[in-house]
Amino acid sequence: MKRTALLLPGLALAACLGAATAAPIAYKTPDETAAFKPGPNVELVKNNCTACHSVDYVATQPPMKDRKGFWQAEVTKMIKVYGAPIDDADVGKIVDYLAATY
Amino acid sequence: MIDRRDLLKGAGFAALAAGLGSTKALALDTVTLPFANGERPLVRYPQKRPMIGLASRPPQLETPFAVFNDGPLTPNNAFFVRYHLSDLPYNLDPDKFTLEVKGKVDKPLKLSLKDIRKMKATEIVAVNQCSGNSRGFSEPRVAGGQLGNGAMGCARWRGVPLKTVLEMAGVQAGARQVTFNGMDGPVSDKTPDFVKALDIDHARDGEVMLAYGMNGEDLPFLNGFPLRLVVPGYYGTYWLKHLNEITVIDSVYDGFWMKSAYRIPDTPNNAIEPGTTPKATIPINRFTIRSFITSVADGAKLKAGSTTLRGIAFDGGKGIKEVAVSTDGGKTWTNAKLGKDLGKYAFREWKLPVKLTAGPVELKVRATSNSGETQPDTPRWNPAGYLRNVVETVRVTAA
Repeated sequence: MKRTALLLPGLALAACLGAATAAPIAYKTPDETAAFKPGPNVELVKNNCTACHSVDYVATQPPMKDRKGFWQAEVTKMIKVYGAPIDDADVGKIVDYLAATY
Repeated sequence: MIDRRDLLKGAGFAALAAGLGSTKALALDTVTLPFANGERPLVRYPQKRPMIGLASRPPQLETPFAVFNDGPLTPNNAFFVRYHLSDLPYNLDPDKFTLEVKGKVDKPLKLSLKDIRKMKATEIVAVNQCSGNSRGFSEPRVAGGQLGNGAMGCARWRGVPLKTVLEMAGVQAGARQVTFNGMDGPVSDKTPDFVKALDIDHARDGEVMLAYGMNGEDLPFLNGFPLRLVVPGYYGTYWLKHLNEITVIDSVYDGFWMKSAYRIPDTPNNAIEPGTTPKATIPINRFTIRSFITSVADGAKLKAGSTTLRGIAFDGGKGIKEVAVSTDGGKTWTNAKLGKDLGKYAFREWKLPVKLTAGPVELKVRATSNSGETQPDTPRWNPAGYLRNVVETVRVTAA
């Protein structure tokens, strides 16, 4: 936090700053607004993907020619590289949803 | 003592304090980046002006491009944000913050923020640019954060040379690299933590900096408060935020974020045939040279006749030698007048009075560095969409 802020006089400012200058800094990001588009197995997708990242990571990906290949590679990367605990039985459903929706 | 500047900063801080408690998502509007699926919300985060929201968890915010026309230093509240992992130290306590220096050193250190601020400070003006800046323009498109050209910025960084801290700790013979870790981490212990490495000679070159200050203020939280690594001329992936762990090692670090991610083809210009896979790769390193027109947006309608074009240029640290501008789609070029030299790692402003003939006009800009590096006419390609530095074209209509 800014040291200069602690030196400020004035009751109004002091009151205003009081809560924020007390450690820790308590930074708050806005609520997430992006949501998965409806589709088969959307709940499954939500449960498996959003533990680690928001929906916009999916929704902003480019429209690819080979959508299925693209999303298969992405889901595989999430499992193999980032350790996403996705059941084998769910992988195909997730890939199908993503390929059909994004 | 309190001066006017402190009061102004304090007032800003009060506004921030109010902002910190806000949890409402404030999507003010949207912008559409000029590639398929390029619509983005403009979002408001504490300590930031409205930014192009690429992703919210972990946060990725892009600078609206018009900001780059306001001067060579990018304001802190407009500076881009990029995280990899979702567990951010939102509740960090600067009074308890500790930077640990360990590994192959004679005297491991634990430094508080106060300790670091007491050391002799240095400053450097340097561009930070995300490796994935401009990835959305890659053709064929590639996976990853689909950024326009706003994941870059230039700031005056203040802190202490990493060299000084390494000397305090006493680097042992046989040291090969230094690794850097920040307080942000993965939400799952199966996800590799974000750790990066620099060669030992690079780490103690005197330029790599542990920065706590940015443009005369503390680092904004989302830009790495209270301490970040500054690696002049190198892509942002090395500029660790919330930096609290430095380890000297006697090997080449082989963690995921060095060995597998952030790699570029080991080929001339680090480019390969679009859509193919490279045979061998190396870690991404220095920026390629780039230049932009900032005073005119693509698609703008301008008055025919005299006008002055303005923009910026930068490279990986040789410094900008010249910037040439074309108003006829690249047939003829005229050298622009360069602005103040803020150092070889900074944005270099340029301007050029031109005459626009009525009709459609293709404006182009091309920079050349002091080492002779320049920008290609056609885009180079690599699988991760890094290093983009094609000559930029702005299409306008003069009437």
